Amino acid sequence: MDKYAWDANEEYLFKAMVAFSMRKVPNRETTEISHVLLCNVTQRVSFWFVVTDPSRNHTLPAVEVQSAIRMNRNRINNAFFLNDQTLEFLRIPSTLAPPTDPSVPIWIIIFGVIFCIVLVATMLLIISGIRQHRRKNKGPSEMEDSEDKCENVITIENGIPCDPLDMKGGHINDAFVTEDERLTPL
Amino acid sequence: MEKTRPLWATPLQFVFACISYAVGLGNVWRFPYLCQMYGGGSFLVPYIIMLVVEGMPLLYLELAVGQRMRQGSIGAWRTVSPYLSGVGVASVVVSFFLCMYYNVVNAWAFWYLFHSFQDPLPWSVCPLNGNRTGYIEECEKASSTQYFWYRKTLNISPSIQESGAVQWEPALCLILAWLVVYLCILRGTESTGKVVYFTALLPYCVLIIYLVRGLTLHGATNGLAYMFTPKMEQLANPKAWINAATQIFFSLGLGFGSLIAFASYNEPSNNCQKHAIIVSIINSSTSIFASIVTFSIYGFKATFNYESCLNKVILLLTNSFDLEDGFLTANNLEQVKDYLASAYPSKYSEVFPQIKNCSLETELETAVQGTGLAFIVYTEAIKNMEVSQLWSVLYFFMLLLLGIGSMLGNTAAILTPLTDSKVISSYLPKEAISGLVCLANCAIGMLFTMEAGSYWFDIFNDYAATLSLLLIVLAETVAVCYLYGLSRFESDLKAMTGRALNWYWKAMWGGVSPLLIISLFIFYLSDYIITGTLRYQAWDAAQGQLVTKDYPPHALAVIGLLVAASTMCIPLGALGTLITRRLKRGDTAPVA
Repeated sequence: MDKYAWDANEEYLFKAMVAFSMRKVPNRETTEISHVLLCNVTQRVSFWFVVTDPSRNHTLPAVEVQSAIRMNRNRINNAFFLNDQTLEFLRIPSTLAPPTDPSVPIWIIIFGVIFCIVLVATMLLIISGIRQHRRKNKGPSEMEDSEDKCENVITIENGIPCDPLDMKGGHINDAFVTEDERLTPL
Repeated sequence: MEKTRPLWATPLQFVFACISYAVGLGNVWRFPYLCQMYGGGSFLVPYIIMLVVEGMPLLYLELAVGQRMRQGSIGAWRTVSPYLSGVGVASVVVSFFLCMYYNVVNAWAFWYLFHSFQDPLPWSVCPLNGNRTGYIEECEKASSTQYFWYRKTLNISPSIQESGAVQWEPALCLILAWLVVYLCILRGTESTGKVVYFTALLPYCVLIIYLVRGLTLHGATNGLAYMFTPKMEQLANPKAWINAATQIFFSLGLGFGSLIAFASYNEPSNNCQKHAIIVSIINSSTSIFASIVTFSIYGFKATFNYESCLNKVILLLTNSFDLEDGFLTANNLEQVKDYLASAYPSKYSEVFPQIKNCSLETELETAVQGTGLAFIVYTEAIKNMEVSQLWSVLYFFMLLLLGIGSMLGNTAAILTPLTDSKVISSYLPKEAISGLVCLANCAIGMLFTMEAGSYWFDIFNDYAATLSLLLIVLAETVAVCYLYGLSRFESDLKAMTGRALNWYWKAMWGGVSPLLIISLFIFYLSDYIITGTLRYQAWDAAQGQLVTKDYPPHALAVIGLLVAASTMCIPLGALGTLITRRLKRGDTAPVA
């Protein structure tokens, strides 16, 4: 991190900014740069400062100076390219910027989108399931009529339906192989 | 004409379903904690031993039973022996409890996911107080991530007695979570089979991305070194072995009936031995893989906090002693402190109480598990990464996939017995049965969205399944080996799959695994009895931290009810069958 270069010119700028802040207070428009006094400047770049009134008799109350600086904190920070964290005024709490609050919280928008998608998908699946059901219900009832005609009994063993012997086209019994294959060739 | 049982389209779907069910949130938030507590790298020794001795045999047993009986848990155990119908019912009851509270985690994951689309992330900054001069006090005392979790997400009450009202935001997320689960299970294996491709594979993609990101973070190596340095003395600690056994047991999801349900949709000739080994190995590897990711993130977070702590001390000293900016660095901090102590003793002793002793070890040692790890520690690490929104979205998406994958198994455990039962399935189509189950669970789940809901969640998480499952799996093993007969089961399996049963499985099923389960059971019981009263952690808003409190009597009653409701089913089922048989014998006139 680069050290902030502090010299007499920066001090002058600081005095000017404080005087500017005091001038914005009603009844203090005549504050001059010479009325701002700095003392106890250290290497840390920290110092005490006071503002005297025009007659140079007494210093202005701290509360007044604090509120004036608070009003113009942003300007003072920007003059030095610093911010609330790097330029600290003891006993002057910074007014924190409020977070931007959109009118509708973002999460509800995303929630709404995903909720609608899932709902629509569920409805589609349910409806297609009902349609399949209806088709199946029509199907077996037709098959049952033809079953009575054919007397095709399907035996069920161990919960697994046995395939009925193929009755189509004649009475070929698959259990018997053809004569040629049974006899070993000479 | 009888309906054929629905089948998985390919054996791969079955494997993915099992993986998706077994690999859940526990792999991510419980295993890294255990690894840290019980000796880092050396914890892998008891873990792998327990996997081979306990995990694989019991998993194979459940899959084999399901594939052989081709019914859900109630029907399967009734076929094994009519006196065991209680075991199946107990499984369903435990699964029901699990479904109730597990989906709440998915709701929270949805909540965090939706909030990840903001800049800055809402849990990275504290909200301002009334007159905008500072941050809200609770947030100052705790951290912004803890504040977001306890206040914004849960709006937690100070104790379990103060239930508060149902919070509409988590309630909405819970409804969405159940809707998503319903969508996935709606069509039975047809829809579940396709969903598990995503829920099994995508979390690995995210984990790999996180692994690459985690390993490249500053300070990740600190966490990894801390985790993997083996502390061999922990091998002598019996708690390490017990926790390894417990973790394997619960991580595979044995005893809920989900594995039986999944296996019942298999072709009879399926090679479930191979699948059991694959699933258990993948489950354990995922735990280890996830803990590598977790520990690199821990290391990053610990290093970040350590360096912030150092910076705060440097700032404090620089301000108090008006030193030049940049004079104090992390390297010369100790020497400068000594110099200042000797040069300005009075001023130094004034400042001294405020100087925190920053230590990397203490930061690393904060071991967290469960929801605290997932929603507080991870979010704290994420907020410090670049492009934190992306990482946040990825992370919570992965949590959702893991959670929903496990929910598919949990609901299958309830629905398969219901759809198998001819009474119910003749009245209602399976879509309606699934819908009713989801609706009932969602309605009861609203309990967990109240202000005290997180405390009830902890009760269910700690007590609903632990003891009951041990008993159920013990009953299952004993039933198959001794009631049904190990040789009979062996010949069944040989007829079904065409492969002989290895002696290893017989030894494990007959002897080792039941003994292990009995010792785990005894350990749990003695642990409950020794600790006496049960305690929980409550969030104190004034202090900004967790405090320990005793459970009130009605909470203890609920705990007792939870355990009793499932375990009592086993003896009651046997008793019921005994009575009905006696009555039947009494009805028929005895033949002279």
